[in-house]
Amino acid sequence: MAERPTLTQWVTDLRAGKVSSCELVRASLARIEASQARLNAFVTVTADEAMAQAEAADRDLAAGRGGPLAGVPIAHKDLFCTAGVRTTCGSRMLENFVAPYDATVVARLRAAGAVMLGKLNMDEFAMGSSNETSHFGPVRNPWNTDRVPGGSSGGSAAAVAAGLVSAATATDTGGSIRQPASFCGVTGIKPTYGRVSRYGMIAFASSLDQGGVIAASAEDCARVLGVMAGFDPRDSTSVDVAVPDYLDALDAPLAGIRIGVLREFFDPGLDARYERCVRDALALFERLGARLREVSLPNIPRSVPAYYVVAPAECSSNLARYDGVRFGHRCREPRDLEDLYKRSRSEGFGAEVKRRIMTGTYVLSAGYYDAYYLKAQRVRRLITADFERAFGAVDLLMGPTTPTTAFALGAKSADPVTMYLNDIYTISANLAGLPAMSVPCGFVEGLPAGLQIIGPHFAEQRLLHAAHRYQLETDWHRRVPERCP
Amino acid sequence: MNATTGAAVTGGHTGVVWETVIGLEIHAQLATRSKIFSGAPTAYGAPPNTQACLVDLGYPGVLPVLNAEAVRMAVRFGLAIGAQIAPLSVFARKNYFYPDLPKGYQISQYELPIVARGTLEIVLEDGTRKRIGVTRAHLEEDAGKSLHEGLGGLTGIDLNRAGTPLLEIVSEPEMRSAREAVAYMKKVHTLVRYLEICDGNMQEGSFRCDANVSVRPLGTEKFGTRTEIKNINSFRYVEKAIQYEVARQIELIESGGTVIQETRLFDPDRGETRSMRSKEEANDYRYFPDPDLLPLALDAPYIESVRAELPELPDAKAARLCREYGLSEYDAGVLTASRELADYYEAVVHAVPQQPKLAANWVMGELAAALNKAGLEIASGPLPAERLAGLLVRIADQTISGKIAKEVFEAMWASGQSADAIIAAKGLQQITDVGAIERAIEEVMARNPDQLAEYRAGKDKLFGFFVGQVMKATQGKANPAQLNAVLKKRLAG
Amino acid sequence: MPLTRAQVERIAHLCRLELDPAEIPQFEHSLSRIIEFIGELDRADTAGVLPMAHPLPGLLQRLRPDAVTEQDEHALLQQNAPAVAAGLYLVPKVIE
Repeated sequence: MAERPTLTQWVTDLRAGKVSSCELVRASLARIEASQARLNAFVTVTADEAMAQAEAADRDLAAGRGGPLAGVPIAHKDLFCTAGVRTTCGSRMLENFVAPYDATVVARLRAAGAVMLGKLNMDEFAMGSSNETSHFGPVRNPWNTDRVPGGSSGGSAAAVAAGLVSAATATDTGGSIRQPASFCGVTGIKPTYGRVSRYGMIAFASSLDQGGVIAASAEDCARVLGVMAGFDPRDSTSVDVAVPDYLDALDAPLAGIRIGVLREFFDPGLDARYERCVRDALALFERLGARLREVSLPNIPRSVPAYYVVAPAECSSNLARYDGVRFGHRCREPRDLEDLYKRSRSEGFGAEVKRRIMTGTYVLSAGYYDAYYLKAQRVRRLITADFERAFGAVDLLMGPTTPTTAFALGAKSADPVTMYLNDIYTISANLAGLPAMSVPCGFVEGLPAGLQIIGPHFAEQRLLHAAHRYQLETDWHRRVPERCP
Repeated sequence: MNATTGAAVTGGHTGVVWETVIGLEIHAQLATRSKIFSGAPTAYGAPPNTQACLVDLGYPGVLPVLNAEAVRMAVRFGLAIGAQIAPLSVFARKNYFYPDLPKGYQISQYELPIVARGTLEIVLEDGTRKRIGVTRAHLEEDAGKSLHEGLGGLTGIDLNRAGTPLLEIVSEPEMRSAREAVAYMKKVHTLVRYLEICDGNMQEGSFRCDANVSVRPLGTEKFGTRTEIKNINSFRYVEKAIQYEVARQIELIESGGTVIQETRLFDPDRGETRSMRSKEEANDYRYFPDPDLLPLALDAPYIESVRAELPELPDAKAARLCREYGLSEYDAGVLTASRELADYYEAVVHAVPQQPKLAANWVMGELAAALNKAGLEIASGPLPAERLAGLLVRIADQTISGKIAKEVFEAMWASGQSADAIIAAKGLQQITDVGAIERAIEEVMARNPDQLAEYRAGKDKLFGFFVGQVMKATQGKANPAQLNAVLKKRLAG
Repeated sequence: MPLTRAQVERIAHLCRLELDPAEIPQFEHSLSRIIEFIGELDRADTAGVLPMAHPLPGLLQRLRPDAVTEQDEHALLQQNAPAVAAGLYLVPKVIE
């Protein structure tokens, strides 16, 4: 396979009758099957349902009907609830859980005609940066299977990178869309908090979680995000702000756009060769007419510790519902109520999830709440204020997505803090609820590097525009791993 | 154990005078159609788990959205007790594991409740009034229910009640006796029903309370260690539970022990409180703002629109009844104990405007007794206000005497017929024709010459004898006032 | 300050996790590392800064009309339940 399929191309070809949904789906299913042993990107493949949906889409297309994504094969990160198809969250706890309802994101994509091929592997309950915490085994990076694909949306990024699907839903709590997108050489966008409904998206940390998309290009992301985004009365934190047409004016020139280069992201932890890729990208933007200036956000270095208070605190509470009573794993022959709780939860959750639940329990407990939880929420405001100040002077902020390219499996498993620090550049956007994306911007020893673009609230269009213009001038996002199935 | 009904108790062993300190946390289920955070129904008594939807069950991925009516009801209550309505209030999670709590946390309000600092006035037995501070009232969700019978030694969980909106009304520790606590609880009960925010059904658990009880030597300021008696669902149990707990604490302290801060349960069969071991472990609820919900903002126009819809409240209504109808404070208090009773009374008065006191006596007397005997509420009794008014009209226009009226009332209650129909059918019209009364008197005088002579010789006591004889002769239908006047004249000779 | 074994056990109990005695030292170590790491926040000057619980400042709670929108689906919802009888979710005996 020479070139990665793009969703935009498929949409055009499907409309033109050059290809049928059944053909695309059949080919995708074959690629998934061939890749599974090597990449392990999927937890569940829904071949029969997908073929039925594809047939329906072909009928619609033939009749000149069908939504904007009619017949396009996609897949969902396995934390979006799908009625009748199990949703595991990468956990033994939900190994056999079948949601009786569709997440809003799933329902919207279904209504737009997209065909779901299955559910994508992920770090357990989205807690991880390498996809190694999945109960269903790690996902491997299509560029080098000794490397991790990143996480937590590792299955989504790997599946798009390997051309198994043209787009995949994903979620980002501290970088879980952008970091795997950068590790796998694909494009991912985390929209503004509240832009995409969280209803039916199994929660990790409610004030940070945001659904988004990973695809082959910014234009593909724009197409899918346009369907996913929008107000949902079932989510109190969903924002009732009109969704612009993200495809509109994607080609407009960039001249005059003000780009802030985030000084704190070019720290000593950043790999020099990775930095080169990012600096080259910035130089290209300058040639495209952007005005660059260095911007300093002094509180950014505190974002990782603040995040590792807030996210575990919320997670410890969000995951209390897994008690072996109404759904999920239940231990055998509990002696008493406490035994039911403790063994069901201990057997159902993996080590990293337990660690975060315990961290969160600790920071919320009597005597520590002020020192950790409230303190972190104060720091969160400082970080947000830093961004607000910056966006008074620039339109977008740019920097690297991660400090290094994809690391080897097992390389950071020994010390959780080392693993956490891999998200050092991505976490601040979650704390401030800002839209952010990662765009492929080069390679270091055969592994992709990512340029991160951060914008003010609800500036998704601006991000997609800048990324698209960049992708018109570069081909990093079109390159595919050699051994793609 | 000492009987403890008054404000202060003298210890049996030491002679120390103990003062009781009580604060109540009342849980009132709000009478919304749907739950506080979901669109599931709130009706009582449905088969298990048929009214527990995805949100109530805490299913993975679901989210809460706040019910507008629950908010409006909380604001109604706040305004009714003269409290501050928070311009910004926050929902928090109270984290603990219990099988009737599906999410592992209860959504409640902690640091910023919707209602703060109100007051209620209670009337004590001696007629004095006392103001009780309401610290706060906050919105929260109810939990489910555990059932233990017929499940082979297991416990079954029914989550129909989970997510029902609750208003938790927290008083200051300002009550000094079990009776005061009951008076306060009754006052809140009356108020929530006036406001139509809670059906007040205590048997179904719609209105229940936790009592925080401690004792301290009279005259000291420092509070004693308190215990919390959970989930008491009747006024009588509140009184009994507190009395028992006060006596227990005093006896414990006086015999050298110390009160442990703990949760206790009242056992109505044994009339005791006992420690709830299951909840004994140190609670660390780890409250934090619920990130699935945003701050609730209420602006002045909204609050004023709720204020404009408030009904006349019990205290104002009682004052008006005193003023307009010349009722005593006591009568007005009784008649305004519920909105239905007060409405009934006013409907009766509307039909007999000249007789407000008569109406009050009948509503509080015969009617209340009959309802009580039949175990009926005022709204479900067989006598609508117009029917009772029909009877009072006949008393007022002297068609029947008060005594006959009781007979008519009983017949009305039993048959549902109007007073006039019964009076006519039974021929109970009062005799007000002076000639007819005189004829009856003449006959009685003629039949009892000896008594007449004795009376005329100065034995005044015999007047009653003649009244009785005339009444007997007229089957009780002679108008008593006329009879008295005519009889006196005729006996005098 | 590193966490003690007793602290780790207390936290595990609070969140109803049963740790294998063999894994407790690992949790002691990794949690201590994390607590030390988040302890860096201590050095941030946050005097006069209000805590921020939501990423979109000024966004307020929306209200839902009081209408029944959900039907009885207990049979479907209980398909995920490990133990059910007579419509009730079963747990070991709860002693009150």
